[in-house]
Amino acid sequence: MKMKPILEVKNLRTYFYTRRGVVKAVDGVSYELGEGETLGLVGESGCGKSISCFSIIRLVPAPAGVIVGGEILFGGSDLLLKSEEEMDRIRGAEISMILQDPMTSLNPLFTIGDQVAEPLQIHQKLKGEGLREKVREMLNLVRIPSPEVRMKEYPHQMSGGMRQRIVGGMVLACRPKILIADEPTTSLDVTIQAQFLRLLKEIQHTSNLSMIIVTHDFGIVAKACDRVAVMYAGKIVEMAGTVELFDNPEHPYTAALMKSLPKAGMRQNRLYAIEGQPPDLRTLDSGCSFAPRCPRAMEICRKEYPPRVEINDGHTLSCWLRKGEVLND
Amino acid sequence: MKRYILKRLVQAFVSLFAVTLIVFMLTQLSGDPALLMAPPDATPRDIQEMREIMGLTKPLHVQYGIFLADILSGEFGRSFKWDKPCIAIWLDRFPNTLLLAGASMVITIIIGLSFGILSAVHVGRWFDQFGKIFALMGQALPVFWLGLMLMYLFSVKLRWLPTSGMGSWEHLIMPAITLGWFFTASIARLTRSSMLDELDRDYIKMAKIKGVSRSGIILRHALKNATIPILTLGSLNFVFMLNGTVITETVFNWPGVGRLVVEAIFTRDFPLVQTTVLIGASFFIFVNLMVDVLYAYIDPRIRYQ
Repeated sequence: MKMKPILEVKNLRTYFYTRRGVVKAVDGVSYELGEGETLGLVGESGCGKSISCFSIIRLVPAPAGVIVGGEILFGGSDLLLKSEEEMDRIRGAEISMILQDPMTSLNPLFTIGDQVAEPLQIHQKLKGEGLREKVREMLNLVRIPSPEVRMKEYPHQMSGGMRQRIVGGMVLACRPKILIADEPTTSLDVTIQAQFLRLLKEIQHTSNLSMIIVTHDFGIVAKACDRVAVMYAGKIVEMAGTVELFDNPEHPYTAALMKSLPKAGMRQNRLYAIEGQPPDLRTLDSGCSFAPRCPRAMEICRKEYPPRVEINDGHTLSCWLRKGEVLND
Repeated sequence: MKRYILKRLVQAFVSLFAVTLIVFMLTQLSGDPALLMAPPDATPRDIQEMREIMGLTKPLHVQYGIFLADILSGEFGRSFKWDKPCIAIWLDRFPNTLLLAGASMVITIIIGLSFGILSAVHVGRWFDQFGKIFALMGQALPVFWLGLMLMYLFSVKLRWLPTSGMGSWEHLIMPAITLGWFFTASIARLTRSSMLDELDRDYIKMAKIKGVSRSGIILRHALKNATIPILTLGSLNFVFMLNGTVITETVFNWPGVGRLVVEAIFTRDFPLVQTTVLIGASFFIFVNLMVDVLYAYIDPRIRYQ
């Protein structure tokens, strides 16, 4: 991967100030997204993967959530320095997002046509027949049968898969450069999942779209992502090309995640599970946050957070195990 | 949509019929009007005569038939006290009530909605706190006390407004505020909570992702979804006001329907009581019908059921 990056996230930190303490949901996340590339963000629930995405488009739930530091470079400028009005012009036009649940992503009181038309009205100031034509085109693109009829219908008249495709058509209507998909297929049937992913990939190929896919499903990663970042407790612990990561998972957490996948053709009585619970993000100490659950934790792991090192071309890692080896070489 | 409205219409007529039956039976249960109306020195024969004149000796179903016929004739029977068709007496008072209710409703909608929306948008901040106190006061302060305090301040101390009665638009201000504050408070609280519910939903996030402006999010996306409970409460409030508000009318000496009912009850003017109760119930049925149709207009999920 040596593409020109379209998005650079540098040391992003997003905290939640709650009554019971500060939750460091995203704590120093850095990555690049290449043009036309698909990056997978993987991790357990609550590891900060969704919040890091909402931080990019500056839609962290206020007032508790605050982006406290870092840079998000897009088109040569830092998104974190933009005004709300400037962000309104970027959202939906340059960077767009798909949410997890298509059943709730659409406004129940507006027609499909109106909802797909909305970003086009806002960003491209389209009106009348031109607008309708564009809406038809988008619905065609996401394979909605007889768009002319469907435009006048309401979300409750459609199936989940259809709604997610409509959401896709809606957020891609203005041809954004980046699409963030937050668990886009989690609430869909398995067959519909594959269909929807294929559709996204096709659109990506024809329009050179860059994508960030948030998921906890390695199947989706394998199918759709060029590169993967594994997140744990608000930090990226390992990042590599998809093939490299599947072949050589270096971080004990990544390795454990891989181990907990059911394997085709193998009869297993029990699936492997990682011992313990994800850490409380309010009470993290200075050490590696995975150390309490790590089977190979050492003295230093509990004291100091391991620095990020590049162990292979494009394969980075934050773990003392490997750091030690590298140093010993 | 047509079938939906038709169904609701039929239901409304059935309810209306049930109301006439209940009103009729309640009146029967309330005792013998002849006995109540007769002077203390009336002989049993006098009373029996009165019963006959009033049609109370006829079998029940015949009496009910007469009652229905009176309603259908549009007269609603004759008032014992005024010896005029009840409807004429009611129509005499109703415009005053409508004026007061209309003015209160305007206050309720403008202030209640905007307070509710602003509180939801600034949840937890000073405006929200202020709104909470305002709403709490509206719901906790008794109407008569509020009316008297307003009178004391604006009429007695400042001498800006007339104390009571009807006449110029200035007469309308204090009664409308007094009557409206309670309802304004309830609308504000409901608007706040249902706006908060809606603003938390995924489709709102989605609208933000599309680049919809803040005002578009609040007024176009969230408010429309928050409307249904507000509409329900607002319409009920309005019917309550239309059916007369005894306390406000009494405090400000406002000649409305509310005071008419109380007078009719005290003078045992049964036809008049029946008329006001019946019309009041019809308002509820009619407004509910309108609200049902409005629901369907707003929410396609109801329309296509």
